[in-house]
Amino acid sequence: MFYRENGQFKTSYKADQQVFAIPQDRWAIFALVVFAFVGVPMLVDEYMFRAILVPFLILSLAALGVNILVGYCGQITLGAGASMAVGAYAAYNFLIRVDGMPALAAILLGGLMAAAVGIVFGVPSLRVRGLYLAVATLAAQFFCDWAFLRIKWFTNNASSGSVSVADISLFGWTISSPTDKYLFCLGILVVFSVMAKNLVRGNMGRQWMAIRDMDVAATVIGIRPMYSKLTAFAVSSFYLGVAGALWGFVNLGSWEPAAFSIDRSLQLLFMVIIGGMGAISGSFFGAAFIVILPIFLNQMLPLVGSLLGLQVSIALVSHVEFIIFGSLIVFFLIVEPHGIARLWATGREKLRLWPFPH
Amino acid sequence: MTTANILLNVNSIEVIYNHVILVLKGVSLSVPEGNIVALLGGNGAGKTTTLRAVSNLLHGERGEVTKGSIECRGERIEALTPADLVKRGVVQVMEGRHCFGHLTIEENLMTGSYTRTDGKAAVAQTLEKVYNYFPRLKTRRTSQAAYTSGGEQQMCAIGRALMANPTMVLLDEPSMGLAPQIVDEVFGIVKDLNQREKVTFLLAEQNTNMALRYADFGYILENGRVVMEGAASDLANNEDVKEFYLGISSGERKSFREAKHYRRRKRWLA
Amino acid sequence: MAFFLETLLGGLMSGMLYSLVALGFVLIFKASGVFNFAQGAMVLFAALAMARFSEWIPAWLGMENLFVANLLAFVVAVAIMFVVAWLIERLALRHLVNQDGATLLMATLGIAYVLDGIGQTIFGSDIYKIDVGMPKEPVMMLESVFEGGILINKEDFIAALIAALLVISLSIFFQKTATGRALRAVADDHQAAQSIGIPLDRIWVIVWCVAGITALVAGIIWGSKLGVQFSLSTIALRALPVVILGGLTSVPGAIIGGLIIGVGEKLSEVYLGPFVGGGIEIWFAYMLALVFLLFRPQGLFGEKIIDRV
Repeated sequence: MFYRENGQFKTSYKADQQVFAIPQDRWAIFALVVFAFVGVPMLVDEYMFRAILVPFLILSLAALGVNILVGYCGQITLGAGASMAVGAYAAYNFLIRVDGMPALAAILLGGLMAAAVGIVFGVPSLRVRGLYLAVATLAAQFFCDWAFLRIKWFTNNASSGSVSVADISLFGWTISSPTDKYLFCLGILVVFSVMAKNLVRGNMGRQWMAIRDMDVAATVIGIRPMYSKLTAFAVSSFYLGVAGALWGFVNLGSWEPAAFSIDRSLQLLFMVIIGGMGAISGSFFGAAFIVILPIFLNQMLPLVGSLLGLQVSIALVSHVEFIIFGSLIVFFLIVEPHGIARLWATGREKLRLWPFPH
Repeated sequence: MTTANILLNVNSIEVIYNHVILVLKGVSLSVPEGNIVALLGGNGAGKTTTLRAVSNLLHGERGEVTKGSIECRGERIEALTPADLVKRGVVQVMEGRHCFGHLTIEENLMTGSYTRTDGKAAVAQTLEKVYNYFPRLKTRRTSQAAYTSGGEQQMCAIGRALMANPTMVLLDEPSMGLAPQIVDEVFGIVKDLNQREKVTFLLAEQNTNMALRYADFGYILENGRVVMEGAASDLANNEDVKEFYLGISSGERKSFREAKHYRRRKRWLA
Repeated sequence: MAFFLETLLGGLMSGMLYSLVALGFVLIFKASGVFNFAQGAMVLFAALAMARFSEWIPAWLGMENLFVANLLAFVVAVAIMFVVAWLIERLALRHLVNQDGATLLMATLGIAYVLDGIGQTIFGSDIYKIDVGMPKEPVMMLESVFEGGILINKEDFIAALIAALLVISLSIFFQKTATGRALRAVADDHQAAQSIGIPLDRIWVIVWCVAGITALVAGIIWGSKLGVQFSLSTIALRALPVVILGGLTSVPGAIIGGLIIGVGEKLSEVYLGPFVGGGIEIWFAYMLALVFLLFRPQGLFGEKIIDRV
């Protein structure tokens, strides 16, 4: 009824190829971004920023990176956490070892360093495929875990093994309050999302998708598998590296290698698969789901327990959280194996027909 | 059609994929015992979907039968699992062959006998029979299926279905990607099986010419509806079928400008 | 020399233990194409069930005999693993037919969370003991060859024997029986297997059940060595390089892979570790597997990856 494309005629290829070809979409997204920048800071409190919004933004960015590699190029990775770690530690080292290094530059350099490492760990993908590759990427994960724990140079010989960064500043704007952090991350996320969207619908993205859907056929029509796979690894690791640096600098402030463990890698993969592989919007859906769900469960379970008159111990809450989290994941995969993004798209299809199905 | 023994009866079924895509819009057909019935039509007409609906393989493609009923010998079969259906003698040979690549040809054939309960000797006998129909398979019996040629894989797929001792085989596009000579060979064997073993075939095919030559009865699907049905020989002689599916026209070349052609074609697609 | 041999033997033994866990992976992958990340959780779950029931059963029945108690606990644990397999098929796998590998992998991760949660809710989350009366005292070997001989654990030796037995019987099952053939067919192509009447549901219950029993055996052996605790579920991560090294589809590969990884880990830790600060066991195993993979992308004994366009 309200979501109709009737009467919207496209008269040029350019109009047809736009990111949001339908004006309703365009305005909705525009309104959403404006709301995120202006409306949200006025509405929510500090706890929301710290516990939900900032982690959500940074993990969305990381999920974007994983989605580029897994969703668009079809190379399953379980080493996403390693790229984040490389980004975080590289940025940290750039910041403290180079005098006058601006924080933003350090973060981006961290991303570049992660990209370089990502290329190295992407090399096996030229030989090894599918699930074998997934396990092979664990090598990167465990190696990085070990390296940042044992090699003291990376942590500037910190005795506790954890490193910390003071509030960073950007052109004189010190990012210290949760609102500042939120706006800073949001800005970066918006820029990177636009970049990602344009990357995947361009020549590069088409190559990745061709490799994903059938690599032999792609090679036959002249796509270089080495080039496209390694660029996917590089771009993905860059996103992850930047996200890792933000996670360390902005969200945590001080961190240990455990912040980027295998659990983080799995979490990111969850986001992409639940959100929707091969869909930019899927990264956001997935990140929102994975960030909010545990917090929600954590708040809800004791409440439910007290309603039922049960004494709920903390251990039990965490176990039940495990159970519900796991079952929800399985449930989502069953309902829509292509993720929330596909659910969303199906919903839109229905909306177009509504109220007259078929 | 004669009311002899109707083996399979499909009553105006509607199939929707992924909750939004309506593919079959009320398809009805019936298959008498001992016949070869052909389902014809262009790409996306709904042939494969019809077969999958019958064999209950839609589930894996996120499709479901939302209306209508499917009966096999008078028994409703929509709720059965594919395995139950095979036990009742209805086996599908999937489009694109789908051999088990890592298994040898013989192992492939043997998997087909999984539902058999009549003992090893009987299975061995069927295996011998399959080898008789497809002597090529016997020569390739120890090679991995993925390394055999397309024609051999198609034969393997059909042979595998035969190993279940079916009364009815749903055969999906046996001619896909095969050389004309091999297509001839495969169809010849199908006819043979039909006549000698009394196996009923429901055949989905693009190759209208070939299918009508071997089938007894035909249905033509367009856009998820049956637009024409009749004995195979009648269909083959029908002017419209000749022109739209067999590529034979009565006179000189037709142009789309001619309104008459356009109207005739439109009647098919509406 | 004696020290080297001792390290080598120690590696072989711990390799056997990895193989036991790896076997579970291979079984499920070979029979359904599912890369089962929940194998570790299944090991933990089975071990927890075993440990707790071997405590509870004597308390309920008021008997003393350790052997009978263990036997009863074992039976109960097997039954539980069967129920788990059945539930997994019913609630999850059945609805995921024909999905691609990544989706199935994620689903098993979800299952792993659920199993971890349920296991600890029912059985508790402390450290428990499993005492199946395996001899723990070390044995001296080859005293005539070397001065001082070589020390090995009897327990390890028994574990290795059990693992070898399991592998042999499973290999025969896959290659020689009709069910084994059906299992391999399912792994190749879910839909085609369905189309010729192989009942996926039953096949999957069977294979998850067998994997569950393997997990139980692994859980008992690991549990009696290290105690049953949450960290047991992470041994799946230690077994992964074993699986890909040996090949995801090869039962003997799980054993050989386990031996190579076990030996490699121990030797590297002893001879290489001191130079780089130690703790290299985990990633070294992965690197080792990776190097092998570069030469044989399907693992040492895995079925060749066949591509046709």
